[in-house]
Amino acid sequence: MTAGKPTSFQGLILTLQSYWAAQGCLILQPYDVEVGAGTLHPATVLRALGPKPWRAAYVQPSRRPGDGRYGENPNRLQHYYQFQVILKPNPADMQDLYLGSLAAIGLDPTVHDIRFVEDDWENPTVGAWGLGWEVWCDGMEVSQYTYFQQVGGLDVEVVAGELTYGLERLAMYVFDVDNVYDLPFNDPQSPAHKSYGDVFLENERENSAANFEGYDVDMLKRQFEDMEREVPRLLAQHGPQGQPLVLPAYDRVLKASHLFNLMDARGAIAVAERQSYIGRIRDLCKACAALWVDIERSAA
Amino acid sequence: MPQLLLELFSEEIPARMQAGAARDLERMAREHLAKAGLEAELVSFGGPRRLTLVAEGLPRSTPDREEELKGPRTSAPEQALEGFLRKTGLSKAQLTERDGTWFATLTTPGRATADIVAEMVPAIMTSFPWPKSMRSGTTAFRWVRPLKRILCLFDGRVVPFEAGGIASGDLTEGHRFMGGDHAPFAVRDFASYRAALRDHSVLLDAAERRRLILDGARIACAAEGLELVEDEGLLDEVSGLAEWPVPILGRMDPAFLDLPAEVIRTSMRTHQKYFAVRDPKAGGLAPRFVVVANIEPKDGGAVIAAGNAKVLSARLNDARFFWDQDRAPGSFEKWLDKLKGVTFHAKLGTMAERVARIEALAREIAPLVGADPELAGIAARYCKADLASGMVGEFPELQGVMGGYYMRLLSPSRGGEALGEPMTGLSQAEKAGEGVSAPRGSEDTGGASPDLRFDGVANTPNPDPSPLEGEGRGVIADAIRDHYKPVGPSDSVPTAPVTVAVALADKIDTLVGFFAIDEKPTGSKDPYALRRSALGVIRTVLSSQLRLPLTSRFEFAAMVLEDPRFPAGLDGMMLSRGSLKELVPFFADRLKVLLRDEGKRHDLVDAVFALGDDDLVRVVRRVEALTDFLATEDGSNLLAGYKRATNILKAEEKKNPAEAELYRLTEQLGALTTPEEEKLAAALRVEVGAVDEALEAEDFTRAMHHLAHLRAPVDAFFETVLVNAPDPEVRMTRLRLLTQVRDTANRVADFSLISG
Repeated sequence: MTAGKPTSFQGLILTLQSYWAAQGCLILQPYDVEVGAGTLHPATVLRALGPKPWRAAYVQPSRRPGDGRYGENPNRLQHYYQFQVILKPNPADMQDLYLGSLAAIGLDPTVHDIRFVEDDWENPTVGAWGLGWEVWCDGMEVSQYTYFQQVGGLDVEVVAGELTYGLERLAMYVFDVDNVYDLPFNDPQSPAHKSYGDVFLENERENSAANFEGYDVDMLKRQFEDMEREVPRLLAQHGPQGQPLVLPAYDRVLKASHLFNLMDARGAIAVAERQSYIGRIRDLCKACAALWVDIERSAA
Repeated sequence: MPQLLLELFSEEIPARMQAGAARDLERMAREHLAKAGLEAELVSFGGPRRLTLVAEGLPRSTPDREEELKGPRTSAPEQALEGFLRKTGLSKAQLTERDGTWFATLTTPGRATADIVAEMVPAIMTSFPWPKSMRSGTTAFRWVRPLKRILCLFDGRVVPFEAGGIASGDLTEGHRFMGGDHAPFAVRDFASYRAALRDHSVLLDAAERRRLILDGARIACAAEGLELVEDEGLLDEVSGLAEWPVPILGRMDPAFLDLPAEVIRTSMRTHQKYFAVRDPKAGGLAPRFVVVANIEPKDGGAVIAAGNAKVLSARLNDARFFWDQDRAPGSFEKWLDKLKGVTFHAKLGTMAERVARIEALAREIAPLVGADPELAGIAARYCKADLASGMVGEFPELQGVMGGYYMRLLSPSRGGEALGEPMTGLSQAEKAGEGVSAPRGSEDTGGASPDLRFDGVANTPNPDPSPLEGEGRGVIADAIRDHYKPVGPSDSVPTAPVTVAVALADKIDTLVGFFAIDEKPTGSKDPYALRRSALGVIRTVLSSQLRLPLTSRFEFAAMVLEDPRFPAGLDGMMLSRGSLKELVPFFADRLKVLLRDEGKRHDLVDAVFALGDDDLVRVVRRVEALTDFLATEDGSNLLAGYKRATNILKAEEKKNPAEAELYRLTEQLGALTTPEEEKLAAALRVEVGAVDEALEAEDFTRAMHHLAHLRAPVDAFFETVLVNAPDPEVRMTRLRLLTQVRDTANRVADFSLISG
């Protein structure tokens, strides 16, 4: 446990991890495939399905190629971190647990104005939706709070509560920093102190350029189609216990989704094509979700 | 009388649903109680975390009910009586005998009201009509968000039941954050409930929260010599976001005030739910905002104000990004190009195609509304461009407004196409490559980027000055900004001629397009807001007194829709010309609604519309003149005479259908055998012509005045003359006179449709 209010970006992460570990969560590590949101980690999307209880928390880098600003915008990044918590089934005191996590990072609700503002979450590329809120702290959205109702096009058997903290934004607020690149990444007293910019500014510059101008659109398109073909092929094959290869197939879905985001950032997706691309990814995801539920049920 | 108090306590209910949910709770309780034979005075409240219902005046139980059942006759066989006793559960001694028949009196005991409530509440909860509801955890029960508690007291005691996995009780909770102790507390009745909530920093009544916010915000602004920009919708919303609302005045960086005021207000409102603040001395917005917090902060609000200001800065920075990006040279061309990829409707083509149609229509309408067709055409071409801009992508409600700003600040280029001949304008624009590489005026050698100015002059045969120079640009910008008007019944209508031309073209294309593909409004369904569009056309036409026959506009719009030479040319096969015929009656209905709202009689509107006139201004003038005429004694008497005449004619036509045609040969009047006939014929000779002349001059008051001259001779005629004379020739003459009276009146309006 870190003692007291965190003083750095990584301290914030460590505080949240300790807090949620104490609530019985598995503390997982980031998934090693590019995703546009922490929700897409199989520890959330797939574990939200089926009957088994599940509690996990993890940091997940999220890639939003279209949000890149070449390192020049103080608030926008094409690569940023989300802290993700999933509690399944959602406990009756989940809101209180959540507010406890805000207190742990130093947000006192008798000084700050904390609000639960309607925001119904939906992710059409994975056929998922839920009801919940944006949580506001003094007018700033610090978390997304959702009760999953459907994932992969399937009604959930047991409702999971999902929390997503936008870590950079939250940290900027807690540490009163106006520019994300000025955030203290580790303790400012450290002999090797680094700011967020020291770690990530170059990454933002190079990737913004690649996302908007660099990538070969034909290559992206080809790879997308490769991934699309691979998903049903993998799902038709069987593992040692006779199960379909859902997890590898789902990784290909994530790849396809990221390739779509890259094509979109390159301006290669016409307005009229958008819906059809999203539909194609959703169909792949649905196929994985349905088979995953079978596996979960048979093992339950 | 005992009181029922019910509170359904949950996690945060969306603000927009609270008032409706409170009404639904009250309505459903009233229906359930009525079914059990109970009536009560009901009051309901909706708030961020609770729905509350109070019912006063309920009895402790419903009364016993007695019912008499008729049994078999006393003379019937024994088995019949036994059957009756089994059915009623009574013994023979308990029956009574009357007129040789057995009767049983059955008593249904009354039910305790608490029992009725214990059934009612779960029934209401499981069928509650939330716009969106959810499951929570492992339960199947659905509520808007997880339900936490049920408080249900009747006559001071808990009504025990379970719903949604929660047992009812007498506990509730106060404010989530304020006060030291957040433990649940018990209440006895509504008075103690309301008072205890207030002690725990919860204002139950949304109206009270609303008042508090408005008063607090006004006072906070006034203290700095400023004024709150009031916003009813926002006030409703924020009243549903706080149990203990505290308005706090915050400061924003004044540097953002160079953004358009609409952008600042929209950003404040939609993203942050802040009120804007006006500076009455300087005019325009003040660098302040009002945020409504849910707590009375320990530090007086400094942290909250500063935090919100920071968020607003980030939001306005985003807005500034779009503002700067959108104003880059060449934006209009880029946007028009993007519209080619935006589907308006699967059967009605892309937005670019729609824009081309609007342009053709605007050019056609322009001369009829006193607008320069050139300016109207250009305004129409750019009227939807901002839909592809970054700012409107972020704030769709700023459509039009942003286009207006951008047009004022930014010159669309490639004017050669922009000034092209209407029917092919856009197809030329599509060949933009040619346009750009075409040799341009060699005198244009100033270093200005070609994209920076509207160089339409180059490709026009006669080098007129560009319409985008001087006043033209402002006129076009206004038209782009205002062409969506009127957006609602309280919105103003456009009056500037070029704006009117584009506004009408926009709406007529919508109406004709959707009618042509058979997407007409039905009942309560009007997904494309066609009623609003039609009403917009009507209000615009009437407000500027435009002489604009509808049918020919619709026909032109349909022609544009189908024209294969036109880039928007759609497959004629898809269009249903037939349903276009329904457009004029559709407008008639809209006009009726409008005039009825203004207090005009709808039968008079029908009577005028029956003439088949599609000139809205003339229709309304006729209705007005008719209204005045019928208010006079002459008018109402003439109407009576008219009705009598038409009744007689109808009866005679029915008797001799073959003869009916002969009545119409009014020039061949036979012998006039009475002075009354002579007088009526003489009056008709004078007045028919006078009525026609007045109608020709569209002087409806004068037309009615001449019609009124017929009243005395018609009255005298009916008093003394027998229409069905034995002499067939005399009878025919009289029928022809009546026909003339009827037809003359019908030239003014179809009097047969007027009631009374």
